[in-house]
Amino acid sequence: MSDQILSTTPKAAHTRRLPQVNPVYFILAALIVAIILNNPAFAEPAGYMNFLKRAAPLAILAAGQLYVIVSGGFDLSVGSLITLVVVGSSMLLNNDPNATWWVIPVMFGIGLAVGLINGLVVCYLKVPSLIATLGMMITLNGFAFMWSGGAPRGYLPDSFRYFGRVNIMDVPLIRMLPVALIVLITVGFVLNWLMHRTNLGRMIHAIGDNPRAAQLAGVPVNRVRIIAFVVSSLSAVVTGILLGGFAGVSTDVGTGYELQAITAAVLGGAQLLGGRGSVPAAIAGALTLTAIFTLLNFLSLPQPVRQVVQGLILIVAVALAMYRRKRTGQ
Amino acid sequence: MISTPAIEMRGIGKRFPGVAALNDVSLVCHAGEVHALVGENGAGKSTLIKVLSGVYQPDDGEIVVDGSAARFRHPVDALHAGISVIYQEFSLLPERTVAQNIFLGRELARNGMLRQAAMRAETRRVLDMFGAGKRIDPDALVVDLDVASQQMVEIAKAIALNAKVLVMDEPTAALNEAECRKLFETVDALRAHGTAVIYITHRMREVTRLANRVTVLKDGEIAARFETVPQPAAIVRAMVGRDIADFYAPFAQPDELGATILAVRGGGNAALRDINFELRAGEILGFAGIQGAGRVALGMAIFGALPFETGAMTLAGESVRFMHPRQAIRAGIGLLPGDRKGEGLALMQSVRDNGMLTSRALGSLAASHKRNRFADLGRMDALLDRMEVKAASYEQEIRLLSGGNQQKAILARWLSLEPRVLIFVEPTRGIDVNAKARIYHLMRDLARAGAGIIMISSDLPEVIGAADRILVMREGAIVAEHGRGASETAIMLDATGEKEAAA
Amino acid sequence: MSDATVGQVPATRPRFHFDRWAPALLLMAAVAIYVAACVMTGQTQYLNWSNLLAVVGRSIALGITAIGQTFVILVASIDLSVASLISATAVLASVIMNGAPTMIVPAVAAALALGVTVGLVNGLIITRLDVNPLIATLGVSLVIQGCLSAFVSNFAGSVPPEFQFFAYGNLAGIPFAILFFFALAIAAFLVLRFTRFGSNIYAVGGNQDAAHFAGISTRKVIVITHVICSLCATLAGLYLASRLRSGAPWIGANGVYDLESIAVVVIGGTVLAGGRGGIWGTVAGVMIFSLIDSIFNVLGVDAFVKQVLRGAIIVAAVALYAARSRRIVG
Repeated sequence: MSDQILSTTPKAAHTRRLPQVNPVYFILAALIVAIILNNPAFAEPAGYMNFLKRAAPLAILAAGQLYVIVSGGFDLSVGSLITLVVVGSSMLLNNDPNATWWVIPVMFGIGLAVGLINGLVVCYLKVPSLIATLGMMITLNGFAFMWSGGAPRGYLPDSFRYFGRVNIMDVPLIRMLPVALIVLITVGFVLNWLMHRTNLGRMIHAIGDNPRAAQLAGVPVNRVRIIAFVVSSLSAVVTGILLGGFAGVSTDVGTGYELQAITAAVLGGAQLLGGRGSVPAAIAGALTLTAIFTLLNFLSLPQPVRQVVQGLILIVAVALAMYRRKRTGQ
Repeated sequence: MISTPAIEMRGIGKRFPGVAALNDVSLVCHAGEVHALVGENGAGKSTLIKVLSGVYQPDDGEIVVDGSAARFRHPVDALHAGISVIYQEFSLLPERTVAQNIFLGRELARNGMLRQAAMRAETRRVLDMFGAGKRIDPDALVVDLDVASQQMVEIAKAIALNAKVLVMDEPTAALNEAECRKLFETVDALRAHGTAVIYITHRMREVTRLANRVTVLKDGEIAARFETVPQPAAIVRAMVGRDIADFYAPFAQPDELGATILAVRGGGNAALRDINFELRAGEILGFAGIQGAGRVALGMAIFGALPFETGAMTLAGESVRFMHPRQAIRAGIGLLPGDRKGEGLALMQSVRDNGMLTSRALGSLAASHKRNRFADLGRMDALLDRMEVKAASYEQEIRLLSGGNQQKAILARWLSLEPRVLIFVEPTRGIDVNAKARIYHLMRDLARAGAGIIMISSDLPEVIGAADRILVMREGAIVAEHGRGASETAIMLDATGEKEAAA
Repeated sequence: MSDATVGQVPATRPRFHFDRWAPALLLMAAVAIYVAACVMTGQTQYLNWSNLLAVVGRSIALGITAIGQTFVILVASIDLSVASLISATAVLASVIMNGAPTMIVPAVAAALALGVTVGLVNGLIITRLDVNPLIATLGVSLVIQGCLSAFVSNFAGSVPPEFQFFAYGNLAGIPFAILFFFALAIAAFLVLRFTRFGSNIYAVGGNQDAAHFAGISTRKVIVITHVICSLCATLAGLYLASRLRSGAPWIGANGVYDLESIAVVVIGGTVLAGGRGGIWGTVAGVMIFSLIDSIFNVLGVDAFVKQVLRGAIIVAAVALYAARSRRIVG
C-alpha cells in the first residue's frame, strides 16, 4: 500500500534468498592467491602460519576496536596503550622470567582502568570519544616515557614472549601451531559470541545507531558504552603482550596501531559512527591489511609504500562501501 | 477562476527502480487560492512536491509556470521560478539569527560584503506583514524560538522570496491548536495577497477550513479531484478507497475501569508544578494542551527520563520513585516516544531487533539475544504478525518501513513486556489513516486487558475521540479535567487560559 | 481570540549562552594561573612585554594550522592530513630553495600549489566519493607521509637567511610571525563574519540539506574550506622551514599538529558537529595552549609529566563545554 514497502519488497526478498557475503572475504582470498603465486612457499604451513602469527595482534586489536566503532565512537588510545604494556612489562619484569605470572594480570588491570576512564569520560563528562581517547593517547605516551625514563631498557624474558613468539611444533596435519594463533582464535571466538549472540551485542548496535532511542527503550547506555571501551582496551593489552613477543622494547611499538585497527574494521565493513559491524569481518579486515603488507614485501617495495597503500585502501574501502549503500539502500 | 494558473503540473510520472511512484498526475493551482493535496502516507505526495521543487526530475509530463513550460534541475531553479516549499522537517539553522536564516543562500551583499542592516530591515518588514514582527526579533537565534515561531520564520523565508507558489507540507504537524489557528490566518493572508498555496495535509479539519479545491492522491495516481470542498467523508473515502467505520475504538464501559493503577501527588520539576492525577486500570487518559504546556515533560517525568524532583508517585498502591527509564520499565511502565526517528527507532537494525530491544535491555548482558523472560524470536514474530506489520521480512532494516509499520514495531517492544501503564506520546504523528485506526484499537485492547493508558497528543480530535477522560495542561500544571466527548472549544479555552482571562 | 495570547508573548527567550563565553573565560583563567605561578615562584621577570611575545610566538605554527582547521570543522568536516602536509611543504620549500634567495618565490609558489592540490583532493574525496572526512584525510595523510618518507629521511635542503625573516624578523619591535598570525586571523574573521561565503560555511555546517535547498552549492563550500585548511597548513610548513632553517619529514608529526589543531579549535568553542564557533575562539584556544606550556616551564614541570598533564587538560577543557549538555555523545 505504501510506496516504500512496494519499492523494497522485491529487493529484500532477493537478498533473503541470496545472503550477501561481505566483500572483504573475497578480497582476502584474492590477496592470498596473489601471495601464493608470488611465493609458493606461502602455501606451506611455515608460510601461512607465520603470516597468521604476524597478523594476530592487529586482528585482535581490530576486533576490540570494532566494539567502540559499532557503539558509535573511536578509540585512539589503543596504540599508546600497547606501548605502555610493552614498556611497562619490561620495567616490571626487569629481566626476571618468574615475574611473568603477575606482570600479565597487572597489565590487564591497567587496560581495565584505561577502558573505564575512557568510558567514564565519554559517558559522564560528555567529551566526544575522538577527543577523550586522543587525550588518553597523549597521557599514556607520557606515562610510557615517564616509566622508562625516556630510554626503555633491555629485553622481555622468554616466559613473557611465549605468547607472541613460540610455535607449538609437531602438530598433526599443520605441523606447527603458533601460540599467537590460539590466542587469536580464543579471543576472536569470545568477542564474536559477545557481539553477535548476546543482549550486550545487540545493545551495542542499538546505542551506536540511536543512543537516545536506546536509552528510552531501557538500554543502560552508559554501562554498555563503558563495556565497549573496556573491551577495546583489554584487546589492546592482549595485542601488546603478543607484540612484545616479536618486537623489541621501544616507546613507539604501538605507534600507528590505532589507525591500522580502524582501517581493518572499516575494511570489514564496519559503519563509522556506529550501528553496524561484524567481528569476523573485522578480523578478516586485519588479515587483509597484513596480506597487503606481505605482498608489498614480496614485491620488495620500500617501506614507505606501505603507508601510501594503507592510505589508498582506507579511502577506497570506504568509498566503495558508500557506493554500495547508495545503490542498495533507501 | 482566472485564465492562466500560477502553476500547473501536467501528466507527471516518476519511476524509481521497481516501482512507479507517480503516474499521470496533474495538478493546477491559481493565484489567490489554496489547493489541498491529501492522501495517505506513501500515496506520492512528497514525491510530487519534490518533483515540483526540483529535487527530483520527472520521467514524464511537464511543469508549467505562468503559462510557460519550466524545467527544474536543482531546487534553486524552482526558487527562481517563484516556487517555495516549506518542508516538514524545518530547514532552519538553529545557531544562526532569524535574519541570517531568512536570507540563507541569497544574502544581500555589496562587493562581496554582507549588507547586514538592510537584511535586518527587510526581515522586520516581512515579519510585520503577517503580524509576527512583535514576537520575533530578527537578531534572535532560531534555537531560542519556540516551534510555532520557527514555523513563522520558515513562512517568512518563503514570503521574502516573493514566492508566487508556496507549498506547505503538513505545516501543522508540530503545532498545537492555538498555533494552528495563527497559521491558518497566515495562509488566509497569503491567499488574499495573491499567492498560490498548495497545502498538504492529513487532517480533514484543515481542508475544510482552508481549501478552495482538493486533490486526492492514492498509490501515485489521482484518486479524486474536487473543484469545491466536499464533505470530509467523501475525501476520506477517496483516500482510503473505502468507508472507515469505527475509526476510533469505543470508550471504556464503566465495568471495564479497575482500581487506580498510577497516582501522582504534588509532582514537580523544572518543567512541571503541582501535578496531581490518578489513572485507573482499563482507562485511556488523554492529556491536551498547547506546545510547551508540559505534557511531554510529564510523560518523561513518569517514565523517569526527566524525573520528578518533588512529590510522590504510587504504582498499583506502592510508592515508587524513578530516576531512570530502566527503573520505570522494570516497574511496568512503558513509553512510546513522539519523535519516532529521533527517540524511538534504531534505524539500521532489523524490525525484530527493534521489537526485542527493551526485553533484551532488561535481561543480563551476556545472555543469549534469542530469548529472554519476556520474549523470544518466535513470540516476537507472532506479535508482529498479529499487529499486521508489513515488511518483506522481519530481518529487514526498520528504516525501510512506512511510519505506521515502524510505530507498530516500537509498540511491539512494549507489548511483549505487558506493561501496567503505557504512555503514548503523539502516537499517530505522520502515519496514515488505516494505521491510525489500528493504533487506537490497540490502545483500547491494551486498556481492556487491564493496563492504564496515558495518551499525550497535539491532535485534539484524536484525544477527544480516543480518551475516556481528558486532563488539560498549561504552563506545567494540570488546569482542567474533561469527560469523554468534550468539545474542542472548551478544551482550547482551558489550554490557552482564555477562560480565566475572560472571567 | 487566541491572537491575544500568541501574538503578544515574545517568542524569544534570550539565554545566556555559556559556551560562547567559555573560551574567553578559559583564557582569563590561564592568564591568571600563569601570573600567579610567576609571582609564587618569584619569577616576576617573566611578566613583561618581551616574554608575552615569546609566549604568543611559541604557537605560531599551531595557530596558523588551527585557523585552517576552524574552517573545515565549521562545515562539520575535519582534516587529519595537516601534519604530514606541514612536513611535506617544509621539505619541498627547503629543497627547492636550497639556500638560494632567488628560489624563494618559486619555492613558496610550489608549496602553495601543493597545498591547493591536497585541499582539492581531500575535498573531492569527501564530497564526490562520500568518504567520511576523518577517513579521507587520514588516508591522504598516510599517502603524503609515505611519499615523503620515500624521498627523504632527514633534514633536506636549506632555507636562505632572507627567508628566515618569516620566523625571526621583526616589524616595529614585534616579531613578524606574530603579526602574520594575527593578520591571518583577522582575515579569517572578516571572511566568516562579513562575506556571503562565510555565511554559506555556517549554513553548510549547520544543516547541509537546508543549505542545499537554499541553493548553496554545499560541495563547493566544503571543497573550498578544505583548500583553505590545506593552504594554512602550507603556511605553517613554510614558517617551520624558516624557523628550523630546513625541512625534515617528521616535523609535522612531531608537533602533533593534526590532533592538536583540532583540540585547539574545540577548546575555542567550535563544535565538531559544525555550524557553530569562530576564529577568535580558536585564537583563544591557541593562547591557552601556549600559556599551559609556559606555566609548566615556570613551575619547572618534568617534560614527561607535562605530556601526561597536557592530555588530561585537553579532555578537561572539552568536558567543560560538553558535560553541561544532556545529549549523548559518540
